Amino acid sequence: MCLGIPGKVVKVEGDVAIVDFGGVKRRVDALLVNVRPGDHVIVHAGAIIAKIDEKLAREMEEAISMLMEELEEVRREINKS
Amino acid sequence: MLKVDINRLVRNIHKLAKGLGDVRIMGFCGTHEYVISYYGIRSLMPENVELIAGPGCPVCVVPAAYIDECIKLALDGIRVFTYGDMYRVPGTEMSLSRAKAEGADVKIVYSFLDAIRLAKDGKESVFFGVGFETTQPSVASRLVHKDVPRNLKIISAYRLTPPIMRYILDEVRDIAIDGIIAPGHVSTIIGSNAWKFLAEDYGLPVVVAGFEPEDVLIAIFEILRQIKFNDVKLFNEYSRVVRSEGNIKAWRYVGKVFDVVSAGWRGIGIVKESGLELKNSYAEYDARLEYGLDFKGGRDVAPGCRCADIILGRAKPTECPLFMRVCNPSSPKGPCMVSSEGTCAIWARYGNLNKIRVKTKDFKT
Repeated sequence: MCLGIPGKVVKVEGDVAIVDFGGVKRRVDALLVNVRPGDHVIVHAGAIIAKIDEKLAREMEEAISMLMEELEEVRREINKS
Repeated sequence: MLKVDINRLVRNIHKLAKGLGDVRIMGFCGTHEYVISYYGIRSLMPENVELIAGPGCPVCVVPAAYIDECIKLALDGIRVFTYGDMYRVPGTEMSLSRAKAEGADVKIVYSFLDAIRLAKDGKESVFFGVGFETTQPSVASRLVHKDVPRNLKIISAYRLTPPIMRYILDEVRDIAIDGIIAPGHVSTIIGSNAWKFLAEDYGLPVVVAGFEPEDVLIAIFEILRQIKFNDVKLFNEYSRVVRSEGNIKAWRYVGKVFDVVSAGWRGIGIVKESGLELKNSYAEYDARLEYGLDFKGGRDVAPGCRCADIILGRAKPTECPLFMRVCNPSSPKGPCMVSSEGTCAIWARYGNLNKIRVKTKDFKT
């Protein structure tokens, strides 16, 4: 039930939206988030609860990669000494 | 979706875990438990890292008395709308699905919007409102906007997630938790900041995480990193979806419509300020007042069922005497075996710790 399903907004009609879930289109509640066609969103129990920000996803990938880099660097130093 | 090098991540998890002693990480969400079991993440863990499931199954924690009252109404000819998740959960005597077979008026809906649409036919109806913070705003917002027909009443079995987490940490003394994977979609509404208290008041590493296997591995990595370097804090790994302040618009709707009250959790008892009730200003929609329901009594736990212990992280499904003997997905005895987010249902379908654990040395570290 806390399952959120990612989809893409196809059309907005007032406070409901048509969202495409990999080919399956459904009418969902769009009262909680302001959305436009083309937005990637998370839908839970028939309502859009959040938008997905791909830019932030790329930033997170970078941050994690850097954290691992640092740890591996420290280990290399320790191994050397 | 995040693209990360899984092998590298797992290697780092193993390196970090070395010398840490036993580390127990609780995944709050049923959906996280699903990801952990389905993708075999336990088999990737170092020997000293244990992943345990938490209370994040909203239909599992609704006291049986709510189901009993819904069944009574439905047998009296009042149409009861329910989410599919709740349909097969056993009450004291039976489930809504069984009641329907006996002639009760039960209708499964996908969303509150569907219930509103169907209720426009004027028939006396009740919506069985179940769920955590994620689900509540879609009901509250439609009440605020006066989109709900008068013949549609609401039963609020809504529960809140931070209070049950506090309850587990304060009251359940027999398990030690070293880190928490906080719920991703609940946090879209209440914000990642809602989990800061775990780091600040309890000194626990806490990561709000998404639901791809990569997300869960990153959360485990970060929790171990925080423990290793004594850098305990809240980390929002699901930043692509979750904002620190959450969805303020959604949360305001909930605040306008509901009061926070102490509420019962199935097999656990009353948890302080952990549930929602309709405010007096929305009394005309309150099924509790309309039909004089009190949600008391009812049998929460079938003899032998350890669902409550499993929800609190005290026991694994394999430690329940009923698990896969008399209780299985086609004939569930307890609520944890019904929902797709119930720990028992997940373990029944996707294997368990003993079956899926492979030698960790198979992974290059």
